[in-house]
Amino acid sequence: MNANRWIRWVWPAVPIAGALVVTSLLLFFFGAAPLEAFQAMYDGAFGDQAKTLSVLAFWVPLLLAGTGLLVTFKAGLWNIGIEGQIVMGAIAASWVALRMEAPSAVLITVEILAAMLAGALWAALSAVLKTRGNVHEIFSGLALNSIAIIFTNYLISGPWQPPEGGTFRGTAPFQPGALLPLYENSRFSPLSLLLAAIAFTLVVIALRGTFWGLKLKAIGQNLRSAFLLGVSSEREMILAMMLCGALAGLGGAVRTLSWFDSLRQSISGGIGFMALLVVMLANYRMFLVPPIALFFSAVLSGSITLQLRTQLHSSLGGILTELMVLFVLLFGDWKKLGVFRKKDDDG
Amino acid sequence: MRIELRDIRKYFGPVKANDGISLVLEGGRIYGLLGENGAGKSTLMKILSGYQPPDSGDILFDDQVQNFSSPKVALGKGVGMLYQDPLDVPPFTVNDNYLLGRDNRVVLDYKSAIQELQEMTSRFSFELDLQSNIEDLSLGERQQLELARLLVGGAQVLILDEPTTGISAEQKDVLFDSIRKLAFEEGKTVILVSHKLEEVQELCGEGMVLQKGKLVGKTELPCPNEKLVEMMFGQVPERGERTEFPLGQPVLGLVDLHVTTYRLSIRDVDLTLQQGEVFGLAGLEGSGQRILLQACAGLLHPDHGKILLSGQDVTGLQYHRMQDKGVGYAAAGRLEEGLIEGLTLAEHVELAKPKHRFFIDRSQLNTTTESKIDQFQIVGRPDSTADELSGGNQQRLLFALLREKLKLILLEHPTRGLDVRSSNWIWDQLYQRREDGTAILFMSADLDEIFERSDRIAVFSGGVMSRVLETKNTSVDEIGHLIGGQA
Repeated sequence: MNANRWIRWVWPAVPIAGALVVTSLLLFFFGAAPLEAFQAMYDGAFGDQAKTLSVLAFWVPLLLAGTGLLVTFKAGLWNIGIEGQIVMGAIAASWVALRMEAPSAVLITVEILAAMLAGALWAALSAVLKTRGNVHEIFSGLALNSIAIIFTNYLISGPWQPPEGGTFRGTAPFQPGALLPLYENSRFSPLSLLLAAIAFTLVVIALRGTFWGLKLKAIGQNLRSAFLLGVSSEREMILAMMLCGALAGLGGAVRTLSWFDSLRQSISGGIGFMALLVVMLANYRMFLVPPIALFFSAVLSGSITLQLRTQLHSSLGGILTELMVLFVLLFGDWKKLGVFRKKDDDG
Repeated sequence: MRIELRDIRKYFGPVKANDGISLVLEGGRIYGLLGENGAGKSTLMKILSGYQPPDSGDILFDDQVQNFSSPKVALGKGVGMLYQDPLDVPPFTVNDNYLLGRDNRVVLDYKSAIQELQEMTSRFSFELDLQSNIEDLSLGERQQLELARLLVGGAQVLILDEPTTGISAEQKDVLFDSIRKLAFEEGKTVILVSHKLEEVQELCGEGMVLQKGKLVGKTELPCPNEKLVEMMFGQVPERGERTEFPLGQPVLGLVDLHVTTYRLSIRDVDLTLQQGEVFGLAGLEGSGQRILLQACAGLLHPDHGKILLSGQDVTGLQYHRMQDKGVGYAAAGRLEEGLIEGLTLAEHVELAKPKHRFFIDRSQLNTTTESKIDQFQIVGRPDSTADELSGGNQQRLLFALLREKLKLILLEHPTRGLDVRSSNWIWDQLYQRREDGTAILFMSADLDEIFERSDRIAVFSGGVMSRVLETKNTSVDEIGHLIGGQA
């Protein structure tokens, strides 16, 4: 049984190694040197301070969304609608930034609260459709994602179009006081990282130490038994979705108030979907979420340099991360694979 | 075709589903396979139809040993099984479904398929509209389609698993006529798996009874119902001495209760339970006992009629409100309804507590759990997960999670799968609860248990509750009659 224990420890590395091997093969196929490519990626992510700060700036909203998804996954919910919740958060923050005039500290506080509220309400819609309308959260989430994106397009080409004329690119830049304080000349806001760290800590405490977290776990494992034990699932499901939505909305505010300076057409840029992959790759183990999210943002930032230096398209980074998720889904649980099953039944 | 099963064994962990069953089935006959839930009927039929392999033992067709790796292989050899829930694909037409199971070519041959189907349906006077969608068909019609498919597939041996559940009386007659035709005119072997004694009596020429994975009896049919009941449930011993307990105020009152579910409805239930009373519900599985228990728990709601708890009208209250009013419910499926896989004993104890704090006090919870483990003699630790426990210990955990000071406890099969010692122990615990004025309403497939434990008994048959019997004034014969559906 020592072999078994050994396999269990080493196994998480297998899907990652598998993805690296397949990506390397792809590179060979296109006539590029894998080592050189990975080096270019690393340099692109951590080559100098500006690049590292850029990785951090991308990391924060991804971490916020991933933290929220820990809650919904715990309750057995597939919150695909997280993308729309990020967008609605960004819209709410933009609305405050465009329409309100106040000292910077007040303005930022109101922006953040509005964004969290908008994300939470957008998520609540999905949750109520599930508990009352029997609509699976995946379908309502997809629909609400589209609606949120269409709403953004309407705003930036209609009522919020910049004074010099409407384009599909975005609104005019917000007043400087509405933006999050940035670190030197980067897009990274230390305040946003602080908020994300607080959110992550609170979620870990809620899921590990509170009765509410235990109820979510029970619902996620077995709805019927949880109900019979006295857990009212409807309220907890809605709350779980709303908490996730609030964190996603906060992520949206961070995107619009620090990564950009205005509401843009692709304000989320797929961060919600990426966060789903992060949590799946972490195999729902909470403490793996921050490092994996960091890894993802490093790969994505790195692939831009990759394209500049080696003429390989930057989507290679996406291929690498998504292959990893695929391999985790395929091989993540070695016990489910027949390979190690005992053959000798008479033993 | 002559079918022989030799010493078939199939174990699921410690459970001996089939424990050395040997049978011979001749062509041109209709057999009834009987037994209470968990007796091993389904397992045996799944083995015969190639759905799962036996651990040991042989299947012989005309003295040739067969090896079925899948239902398809078995059908190729002539064994077809009609499942309780038809395996058709709803959004398709009848014709499409028929082709789905048959045609392996790229281009579908609609013309000959329609012809085959029409021949088949007219031969058995099935009334099937071949162009209609499956969704528009009744369960009985879907069954007819399935049967036609099996027959065209070349089935010589037909296994029918509870075929009359959910179909109309008229369709039942058509089905039975076609079964007779298949057996007596075409020489096919038919096996009917059923809980319903009347049907088995009506249709079958020979009854075979399984009990705890063993073949315990064979008989020519028809025969007296009591004989079958006795074979199914074993000899019911004389009632042992049980301490009389003085009964108190009425706890539960059911007035003219009607409850409808999509499968079965119960009607006209009138019943009063007193404090300290133990009331047993007998009957074959799926006759309405569970519906009554769930209605009392607030999990199902009556169409009309009243439920009174200590004189207070609680009709229509939700399950969680009923819990707060002092009603406890323990379902039969332990890891499906009651316990949660992957959660520890301590987590279960915390969830089941009536009052909670925001933060979980782990050390206090561990202490509480330890004392529950002691009190209920569970073999496990506070951090063992529920699925790591054995069946008996899961049952003990389920009882440990019932709240204290309940007015009414509702139980499904409280000691199913437990050994005698554990069963006695669980009932001792339940008897102690009578001191709090708790009434106990339970259902069981084990007639021994019902006779030994109840003060009064009622029998369910097809959704109708019998008159209430005093245990000391009734007999196995009487219960047997009632289980068979005769007043």
